[in-house]
Amino acid sequence: MLVAGLGLSAFAQSSEPDLDSGRKIFEAQCALCHGQTGTGGRGPSLNRPKLEKAPDDDALKKAITDGFQPEMPGAWQLTAREVASVALFVRSLGKLAPEILPGDPERGSRVYQAKGCGGCHIVGGAGEGFGPELTAIGARRSGAHLKQTLLKPGATIPDGFLYVAAATASGQTVRGIRVNEDVFTIQLKDAQGRFHSFRKSELKELKRLRGETPMPSFQSALTAAELDDLVAYLASLKGKS
Amino acid sequence: MRLLTFLLCTAAWAQVPYERIVAAAKEPANWLTYSGDYLGHRYSPLTQLTSANIAGLHVKWAHQFDNRMQVSPIVADGVMYVTGPNTAQALDVRTGRELWNWHRTIPKDYQNIGFGRVSRGAAILDGQLFVATLDCYLVALDIKSGLERWSTQVEDYKPGYSMTMAPLAIRGKVVVGVSGAEAGIRGFIDAYDAKTGKRAWRFYTIPGPGEPGNDTWPGDSWKTGGGSTWVTGSYDPDLNLVYWGVGNPGPDWNGDSRMGANLYTCSLVALDGETGKLRWHFQFTPHDSHDWDAAHVPVLFDAEVRGQKRRLIANANRNAFYYVLDRTNGEFVAGKAYAKQTWAKGLDDSGHAIAIPGKEPSAEGTLVWPNLNGGTVWFSPSYSSQTGLFYVAVREIGSIYYKREANYKPGTFFAGGGEAMAPGTEEAGFIRALEATTGQMKWEFPLQSAPWCGVLSTAGGLVFGGSNEGNFFALDAKTGKPLWDFQAGGAIGANPISFAVDGRQYVAIAASRVLYVFGL
Repeated sequence: MLVAGLGLSAFAQSSEPDLDSGRKIFEAQCALCHGQTGTGGRGPSLNRPKLEKAPDDDALKKAITDGFQPEMPGAWQLTAREVASVALFVRSLGKLAPEILPGDPERGSRVYQAKGCGGCHIVGGAGEGFGPELTAIGARRSGAHLKQTLLKPGATIPDGFLYVAAATASGQTVRGIRVNEDVFTIQLKDAQGRFHSFRKSELKELKRLRGETPMPSFQSALTAAELDDLVAYLASLKGKS
Repeated sequence: MRLLTFLLCTAAWAQVPYERIVAAAKEPANWLTYSGDYLGHRYSPLTQLTSANIAGLHVKWAHQFDNRMQVSPIVADGVMYVTGPNTAQALDVRTGRELWNWHRTIPKDYQNIGFGRVSRGAAILDGQLFVATLDCYLVALDIKSGLERWSTQVEDYKPGYSMTMAPLAIRGKVVVGVSGAEAGIRGFIDAYDAKTGKRAWRFYTIPGPGEPGNDTWPGDSWKTGGGSTWVTGSYDPDLNLVYWGVGNPGPDWNGDSRMGANLYTCSLVALDGETGKLRWHFQFTPHDSHDWDAAHVPVLFDAEVRGQKRRLIANANRNAFYYVLDRTNGEFVAGKAYAKQTWAKGLDDSGHAIAIPGKEPSAEGTLVWPNLNGGTVWFSPSYSSQTGLFYVAVREIGSIYYKREANYKPGTFFAGGGEAMAPGTEEAGFIRALEATTGQMKWEFPLQSAPWCGVLSTAGGLVFGGSNEGNFFALDAKTGKPLWDFQAGGAIGANPISFAVDGRQYVAIAASRVLYVFGL
């Protein structure tokens, strides 16, 4: 009877993952590499809606159980319910709170065209690739964040983004987005999409324009309604279907 | 008669007796032990490469592997020996072409808990190459054929024991340490008879009941006390002492279940090479809760301190302080911070850190420098007797440390928390040159990010290092001025070495999955 009872309770449990036990297991066993809040460390960050190696929940559970050799050990010792709980918690790290946006995405799409956003950004394969691709920007950024970026681009610069001005020995100054940098060299992309590569020791000056971006503010270029519509459009971009 | 002479020469040529390793500095064309010599110097007495000709340094050959390599090769008599995860290869030093290879299957249920699947190198003694495997076997291979002479299980891998370090071969014995503190192992340092593979001695880094130091562990906490020994130690042939760094206590970030100093974690231990008996110890971080292993190659040198000739041992510790001790007795000689740290006011007269209260991990998170990987970690420092400087690759990252519950279950993470990089802070990396006797910084060379590559100094006045961005470079040993660099195309997380082929000086470094060898 006792055995049957235990079996039943195990069965009942196995179908119901829960967030709190997922969090506890994550903090104890996964956070060493992925960071206590999923922000990453030795392992990649997980606080993103899309995980390349775990596009759906089954793949995520498999990743937790089997790991990825050689970088990530599998947690084979966890029960199916525990794995599901960890998966639930990992997914919760990347969820954006549902937002109600006042604008209209369709009208926003026309604002996007009219204001020439495609001159620097690519959406669904169309546009120019100087700035970040926006095809899935709505999956990565909230409406509030997008609005702030449009009004004050310098305030929402993502980690790792750097705009620089490189003054060469010949007196020319090249401004561009840093594409790559190592100890001795730096690679830039200018507004025309051209790549430049410099040895840092040969530059007269390398200015790191922290907090600056080539993206202009759209504060005065958009009406309040246009801004809402554009934000609604960008927030609707969830990636390739 | 001529044939007999030839045969005798061949036989002698193939052997690397203990005496050759002791006198390694006399044959700089070879690199006979992990750090190049027993003293942990990672210093090449070769003088061909200098600031005057380094501009001409270029790739002589490269060898590609299946795995990311952290190896520090061994070079002996025209053959280079390299190891990867459960693999070993002999390569022709002139061309990089393979002469033999060996592998041992990694068991399906093997887990690397708290570290990567890497191998940092091998040891050579007489006619054998010694390889430590991930599944915790010490294997002796015939250096001419790569065939196994013997293999000995050091410990069961299932609860979390593993080996990633290069063994250290001393007279008649092979010394190894283990990884696994993040799984709550009880660490040890072992020595095995080089001929038979039979265990000669074991020193448990966590003392058991009745042993001195066990009173620094309440209850049964010693059983899961950690104290890994995952970085190759050094050796003083005159004193016959093996010096080895001991890792963090378990669980890492939650010390509640192990109130006390937790000996001999985060310590340097000096062991009798014959018996494994503890001669002295020095604990850098008592009751550690930040994962600051003393996982470093100890550097042995002799110098005059306050008018007195001393036998010294130096350690740039993961806790961001540099220490100089008397290696005969462990007495503190000098020390100071060499990297950014916010956890201690400094060192007192006996070398103990004056900890600032409230810097332990907490439920809500505590901001502390350095991060868990410390001011520096496993990759080797270097000491040049020519400059009297101690060279070290330095990491400066601030981290938020979290404390969580820790429940021991064999073969699983027993961490009790973790860390996350402090938002709004930037990581920094440097090669720093410290005056070896004091720790006073003489120069620094800034890097793009916190490095994962060791340094090599040479008698030609050069210091070689590597970056995460793939730069392999040479600096002036006296000034830190950059003299030469090469983009290797992959992150460098290994230790450089130098040797000679046909009278020409070469330098080798592994970058991601490629081993590069450079020469003029």
